[in-house]
Amino acid sequence: MSHLEELRRKVNLTEYTIDNVNSTDFPGTYNGYDDSWSQGKFEETFQIDIVSLSGCDMEFDMVGVDAAIANAVRRILLAEVPTMAIETVSIWNNTSIIQDEVLAHRLGLIPIKADPRLFEYRQKDSEEQTSEDTIQFKLKVKCSRNTLVSDATDPDVLYKNHKVYTRDMEWVPLPGQEHLVSKIDLTLVKGLSRSAELGDEMELDLELHCVKGIGKDHAKFSPVATASYRLLPEIRLLRRFYDDEAEKLQKCFSPGVIDLVETSDGRKVAKVVNARLDTCSRNVFRHDDLKDGVLLQKVRDHFIFSVESTGILAPDVLVSEAIKILIGKCQKFLQELDEGAGDKGRQKKGKRT
Amino acid sequence: MESIEDIMKLDKEKLAAPIKTIEEKWRLLPAFLKTKGLVKQHIDSFNYFINVEIKKIMKANDKVLSDADPNFYLKYLNIYVGMPNVQESLGIAQSISPHECRLRDITYSAPITVDIEFVRGKQPYIKKNVEIGRMPIMLRSSNCILTGKTAAEMAHLNECPMDPGGYFIVRGAEKVILIQEQLSKNRMIVDKDSKGNIECSVTSSTHERKSKTYVYQKKGNFYLKHNIFSEDIPVAIAFKAMGVACDQDIIQLVGNEEEAFDAMSPCLEECHRAQVFTPLQALEFIFSKIRQRMYGTKKSKADEARDVLKNVILAHVPVVDWNFKPKAIYLALMVRRIVLTQAGKIKLDDSDYYGNKRLELAGQLLSLLFEDLFKLYNLDLMKVADKNIPKVRATEFDITKFMRTDPITFGLVNAIATGNWTIKRFKMDRGGVTQVLSRLSYISALGMMTRINSQFEKTRKVSGPRSLQPSQWGLLCPSDTPEGEACGLVKNLALMTHITVDVDEGPIARIAVSLGVEDIETLSRDEVSSPNFYTVFLNGNILGMTNHCKRMVTIFRKLRRAGYINAFVSIFPNHSHKCIYIASDGGRVCRPYIIVNNKRPLVTKKHIEDLSREFRCFEDFLHEGLVEYLDVNEENDAMIALYESHITEDTTHLEIEPFTILGVCAGLIPYPHHNQSPRNTYQCAMGKQAMGTIGYNQRNRIDTLLYLLAYPQAPLVKSKTIELIHFDKLPAGQNATVAVMSYSGYDIEDALCCRESCNSFICLFPAGFGRCLVYRKQTCAVKRYANQTFDRIMGPKVDRETFKPIWKHQPLDHDGIAAPGMRIENRQVMVNKEMPTITSPSLQPQMGQIKQTEYKETPVTYKGSEPSYVERVLITSNQEESFLVKMLMRQTRRPEVGDKFSSRHGQKGVCGLIVPQEDMPFTDLVSNLVHK
Repeated sequence: MSHLEELRRKVNLTEYTIDNVNSTDFPGTYNGYDDSWSQGKFEETFQIDIVSLSGCDMEFDMVGVDAAIANAVRRILLAEVPTMAIETVSIWNNTSIIQDEVLAHRLGLIPIKADPRLFEYRQKDSEEQTSEDTIQFKLKVKCSRNTLVSDATDPDVLYKNHKVYTRDMEWVPLPGQEHLVSKIDLTLVKGLSRSAELGDEMELDLELHCVKGIGKDHAKFSPVATASYRLLPEIRLLRRFYDDEAEKLQKCFSPGVIDLVETSDGRKVAKVVNARLDTCSRNVFRHDDLKDGVLLQKVRDHFIFSVESTGILAPDVLVSEAIKILIGKCQKFLQELDEGAGDKGRQKKGKRT
Repeated sequence: MESIEDIMKLDKEKLAAPIKTIEEKWRLLPAFLKTKGLVKQHIDSFNYFINVEIKKIMKANDKVLSDADPNFYLKYLNIYVGMPNVQESLGIAQSISPHECRLRDITYSAPITVDIEFVRGKQPYIKKNVEIGRMPIMLRSSNCILTGKTAAEMAHLNECPMDPGGYFIVRGAEKVILIQEQLSKNRMIVDKDSKGNIECSVTSSTHERKSKTYVYQKKGNFYLKHNIFSEDIPVAIAFKAMGVACDQDIIQLVGNEEEAFDAMSPCLEECHRAQVFTPLQALEFIFSKIRQRMYGTKKSKADEARDVLKNVILAHVPVVDWNFKPKAIYLALMVRRIVLTQAGKIKLDDSDYYGNKRLELAGQLLSLLFEDLFKLYNLDLMKVADKNIPKVRATEFDITKFMRTDPITFGLVNAIATGNWTIKRFKMDRGGVTQVLSRLSYISALGMMTRINSQFEKTRKVSGPRSLQPSQWGLLCPSDTPEGEACGLVKNLALMTHITVDVDEGPIARIAVSLGVEDIETLSRDEVSSPNFYTVFLNGNILGMTNHCKRMVTIFRKLRRAGYINAFVSIFPNHSHKCIYIASDGGRVCRPYIIVNNKRPLVTKKHIEDLSREFRCFEDFLHEGLVEYLDVNEENDAMIALYESHITEDTTHLEIEPFTILGVCAGLIPYPHHNQSPRNTYQCAMGKQAMGTIGYNQRNRIDTLLYLLAYPQAPLVKSKTIELIHFDKLPAGQNATVAVMSYSGYDIEDALCCRESCNSFICLFPAGFGRCLVYRKQTCAVKRYANQTFDRIMGPKVDRETFKPIWKHQPLDHDGIAAPGMRIENRQVMVNKEMPTITSPSLQPQMGQIKQTEYKETPVTYKGSEPSYVERVLITSNQEESFLVKMLMRQTRRPEVGDKFSSRHGQKGVCGLIVPQEDMPFTDLVSNLVHK
């Protein structure tokens, strides 16, 4: 029975292969298991634990779902949660050494800290900008000699405005956007992102227009720097490892995974303390004397998500936004099923979260 | 308490502890590169030419006489090559920088001036600084304005301090004279000919003549073969013609051994059969075989044959006062080599052996060309004098009026510009000697400077010259060679290779004589053949003999280490040949080694410390005799340890650093010893195609085609070579995270998938993976015509109703030239030029009839499906075009399907699919590329 349980729940890591990777917990796979989906069972097993949340980074565990759902969340985070980003740049003057296109591309990648939920998507065919769909910025910088110092060699001292930062961008509220000043913070995320470097008497005079978009269209709209997940590793020691062997074993895993505990007779024995930290390098299988005593596994329905936001929205907000989008998709799918199939033969196929 | 065993054990360990090794001896390498540099061989060779060789050429051809007037003469007193300048209008010469030459399409050249003494009327005059032509100047040579400049001064001149130099700028194009590999001149080579006969050949090369002389054996007889003879000459007859009349003398010249007697007797028989007994008869016999006879000379048959023997046969052996003895001895030695080879006492020479090769560099090639041009120039002056002196004129004939600069200037410039090296004197007609410096990346430019071209035919299918010769160890890169037809024929120098320049023979000969070398003519025949006597050769000529071989070689080397003899003079004994060879000629490849004495390397830790504190430089190591240069031949007489731990009793030298076996391109590969060897070769070819940066002045250049990466990255994994050649400062490529997996359909034969817009902002990549900029040049010359008309540039045409420029002319500025920053699409106009309809003067309207010149539109339009942006417009002038417009067009491109990506290990792939970020495989980190 336990073997079957392992087949159902674990991924096996061996020296050369990764076995048992497919999920099998759907009805009819195993005799004696009720794998049918029910709300109650799901609510019982499903859980989300936020492991850490700080500024732009978040790590959380999602337990009790199929990989398809977890991956959907990841994909939506990357590609479908909207943000604001610079879409068009009108260049009135650019005498810097950076090329117009490259400058525009760099500006496009600056994360604009404006809550995208306050704005609309711009209509595909509309050229004009409205207060609902556009944020406008002005970037006008000129580098000049700092007359106070004469013998400096550091260009930062020798010149004023030698480096152009995003803080030099100035928000130009469109008519009807005055209320946004008090409502949200329209400052830029990374106050010190450098977009260009100027030499003596070089000048930039640009007008920037931000619109709302999604990462599918261009990666600059993606709200996350990275969003990925991994499965929870499990390490089982099948025999005891003492002293030198234990130390050797400890070195095979990431720091903190294996601890050496002193036994009553003064020997050190290896003990798995935190399998979660392991990178699953499978380094242990390179040692013939160790590999027989270790079983490496991963829990198939335990996803360790790590989300790194660009700073526009907090990562937890991003995840909940992503889940909302997933719900919206499901509802749309159900709706289409209803319309397509009519009332007859409705099947319970939808996924509710 | 310690037991005795314990103490014993301690001492044992102490005793067994290795002698401190010289750590960081690789630091000698940057010191070496500082003084010698990667392209130093080109620059050294060119410096030698313009400072030394050119004066020798002048001295050899310093008089112009005329048949018309026996009193007339023109004598060159001195010759100089000046600093590069340009002749602007009104005859003002102005100093010029290389970058200005590139931009303005002019030649970076300096005037060649001479001091002359000549006769005008009846009076001799001296005139100084007469310009006879212009010499293209190699960048970073002694006469280049960039030499000795600091990085800041270079920046002021728009020049990249990392640029290696060593090339020429001819009509705005950067041209490299490739290193040419040749069989060494004036050396005997014993080899088998196509019929299997053993032959000994010598390619003689002197300033006047190049010729090849063969001695070969056929049916037991020895023959002398040369192009000038219609029939091969029995060797005994040749000996007789050279004054060795006695048969015994002939045999003894060849040798005292049994084999020599046996081999020579049929030859003597043949000589008798031909009824040749005396030298005079021999000369007449030879005269009858001469193919081309000189007409007009009234010399006797014997004299003419003697002339041929003196000047043509074995031309490099000097004949002083008609004393043919040295030449006869040389010829005898050639016969002897064949005899001994047949007897199995010595082996056949290997013509692929690198000690038998000489590398010809820019200096040597230019000196050949210059000498030819200079001779032609003097011939022209002579003709002018012959023609003009008999004429009676009001003014006296002044030769300086006829000294034009064009012939020499054009001769030099055309040869470098086209790469066709035509020297009639030597019947030399080589193509492809120069190539345009490849500016695909910094590495491609560097790689080109170290490239060696072989003179061998590419079409012939022989493996010998193509395969890697063991004697190339450490001197030529074992990995860097192209695939395909030029495989193994085009090679590259290793990191520490140095190519020698000519060193004066005189002092060396004197030292050799004082070391006990005796004149061969004074020795008896028995002594010459005795086993203790060694023949001493200096650059292929017999200097004499010595019976203290070992002592002489040791003392000679000690003198060299002490600095009394030039460091690049090599000496080595060949015990089977019973010869000592001293070489001081140019074009030998050599390399520095640490000298080992009594199992200890002379370079110690302290020396290296001094070096890193810059108390010492590489030259100091050389002067103090800690380090010396060995060429390929001398390497054979040395025992070289690769690592300090390998040193044994017999070791004489220690390798400075093992990785110097590789060249510039192979040096970029991280951990090359873990790769399969062809991968390193592939990488060497591919590293040159890498996109990135080409120099600090890349944005100031206007090249025909220039690829730059928007965000180049210095490699994370560096090799020492990378730092030495500053590749980390001018990098090509980006550090990508690569997932290796199979992905069906898109992974056939080296394909890879690439993530769409790999450019998240806070990611490891600042933005834009693989984003690149393409620059293209457009030129437009505004010409003047013979009938006083000229091209003009008109402003944009304006639409009648909207008063806006028509679509075609939208990018144009008011002056009719596209404005910088404008986007130009297909078929839009870049320069709105108009040309007069009538440009030939014959169709000019008659006098008094003022007619408006008619113009037709000849605009320069943009062609290309993708639009470009105007980066920069340059308006300038040069010698050919009075008014020149150059435009730099820019395109920004991102990676697309079909683009080639590669690692640094010869693993290339073509992008087969671009997938969005969310579809890419991921781990905890994120990847950019998927390799098959």
